[in-house]
Amino acid sequence: MIVDYFRLAIGTFKKRKVRSFLTMLGIFIGIAAVVSLISLGSGMKNAITEQFATLGTDKITVQAAGVPFGPPGSTVANKLTQDVTREVERVRGIDLVLERMIRAVRFEYNDQEKFESISNIPEGEARDMMIEVLNLKVEKGRMLQESDRGKVFLGNNFDLESRYGKQIDVGSRVVLNDKTFEVIGIAERTGNPGLNGLVLLNDEEFRRIIDVGDEVDLIAARVKPGTDMDKVIEAVEKRLRKFRNVEEGKEDFSVESAQQSIEALNSILNVVQWVLAGIAGISLFVGGIGIMNTMFTSVLERKREIGVMKSVGAKNSDVLLLFLVESGLLGVVGGLIGLMLGFILGKSVEVIGQIALGSQLLRADFSLTLIIGSLLFSFIVGSISGIAPAYQASKLQPVEALRK
Amino acid sequence: MTKKCDFVIELRDVWKIYKMGDVNVPALRGLSLQICKGDFVSIMGPSGSGKSTAMNMVGALDVPTKGKIFLNGQNIAKLSESDLAQIRGKTIGFIFQQFNLLPTLSALENVTLPMIFQGTPREERIEKAKQLLMMVGLGDRMHHKPSELSGGQQQRVAIARSLCNDPEVILADEPTGNLDSKTGNEIMALLGGLNRDQGKTVIMVTHDANVAKHADRVELLKDGQVKKDGHAMLRKLRRGVKK
Repeated sequence: MIVDYFRLAIGTFKKRKVRSFLTMLGIFIGIAAVVSLISLGSGMKNAITEQFATLGTDKITVQAAGVPFGPPGSTVANKLTQDVTREVERVRGIDLVLERMIRAVRFEYNDQEKFESISNIPEGEARDMMIEVLNLKVEKGRMLQESDRGKVFLGNNFDLESRYGKQIDVGSRVVLNDKTFEVIGIAERTGNPGLNGLVLLNDEEFRRIIDVGDEVDLIAARVKPGTDMDKVIEAVEKRLRKFRNVEEGKEDFSVESAQQSIEALNSILNVVQWVLAGIAGISLFVGGIGIMNTMFTSVLERKREIGVMKSVGAKNSDVLLLFLVESGLLGVVGGLIGLMLGFILGKSVEVIGQIALGSQLLRADFSLTLIIGSLLFSFIVGSISGIAPAYQASKLQPVEALRK
Repeated sequence: MTKKCDFVIELRDVWKIYKMGDVNVPALRGLSLQICKGDFVSIMGPSGSGKSTAMNMVGALDVPTKGKIFLNGQNIAKLSESDLAQIRGKTIGFIFQQFNLLPTLSALENVTLPMIFQGTPREERIEKAKQLLMMVGLGDRMHHKPSELSGGQQQRVAIARSLCNDPEVILADEPTGNLDSKTGNEIMALLGGLNRDQGKTVIMVTHDANVAKHADRVELLKDGQVKKDGHAMLRKLRRGVKK
């Protein structure tokens, strides 16, 4: 029987094509906005999670407090030093420790001069860990070796002719803070924009051209297999509190596992995503009102039709259901079109983002939950908007309805 | 006028009073009427005589302010709208002056509509509707929309629709009112056939004496009551018919 109601409703839409389309417009703009925003949000979250996943779950990082997102070490008063590294090394359960510095360097090539980010590659075993953590892969040339002198490894952005007006290639000579280096290799493009623009030098040479003293911007440590991560973090915190002479709760440093970083970032992204979806949701609400308006008009226009249906045996509940199906269908068809538009919109942003910004972070992910959820939601919006008009239609007295 | 028979419909002292502002306007004033199974009755009367209101009462489209209406012995005067809808769907087939077909549906779909509300399976509905449309001579017009059919054809669709749930009673409200006389006669012949051949009780409201004379009985309404001279009226009408 319900199938017949759907058939009747589709017949009505065909008869009133333009109006049905205009009514659905509100819904599909809303759903398109919600779908594209949520898909981009979750795509970004997934991309970030994948980035962090390369860090591995057995790593912890120590940073000076107060700089969750800026270049580490650049904006803090009480910076980390190499002593701190040694303290971390001594904590039970810590297997390997590396120091990272990220600074700015004056980069000259083809008579052009710019400031670029530069970072160090440590020596020994920590070197492999660093390459693993950064997920560095060689596109051209080779990776820096420990024995290399006067050699530099560049992120993928330097492979673009546009950056310095002339292609930088393996073997090209570039000047960093007035010292000449030979490009030994260029990295593959990654989803991390920071890494794509990074200049990498062996630790010793880094310290030679950048005056960092004994400062360290970030300490990364690998935890021994089978060790409780939380306990190690606690032990590191305890040791550093003592070493830097600070009370619990007033630490001037932070110790985090990759997992914690993901969670912190994700919770922020979640809020942003839902605020945006909420704003988009307002247009859905307006779309719902549009459906209600159309359905009320429809009840008035089709009074006679309702009367006929009642005279041939339609009960109040039949008329109610018929009108609810109609409004629900308006919602769900609007939702379906909205879903497709949202898909196109999301994917376009992804493609444009990758072409224009070279960022892998802009990515639209469409989960089954999002697809089914948005369709269900649009059906509910449609149905709820139809309740009042459908009720009005069902309560019409047949005699009154038949009288024109 | 009463006779000894099985009443399919009986109105006993039925009043219908409409409220127009503060004024009560009685449309029916103690109307009593009996209709036997297999009757072909015309209800005639001038404008405002209450014939449409009477038709609504008989057709369970409206409930009286006072009085009793028996349909097959059951008093339907106090039933709920949903119960009345059930009764309408099963027992009564309506034919309207304006045809009242749903414009978005084809002839076939219009005929199947009442069966949807009775929960008839789809296959059965379509089969039955096809048979009925062929019976009324529209076998080649089944998939046309009402706007693609002539007035007479639309009324035939309406007749097919009125028959789809195999009702005992056919209620026709000015069935030829919107048709030319030739088509009107064809429709009346169709209704007469239903009465004669299928034993359907036909109740027809009309103000057209030429249409009314097709009935076995004429009930004349005036001021919301039955006037007693309906028989004489019918005789007079029939004398005028050239055989």
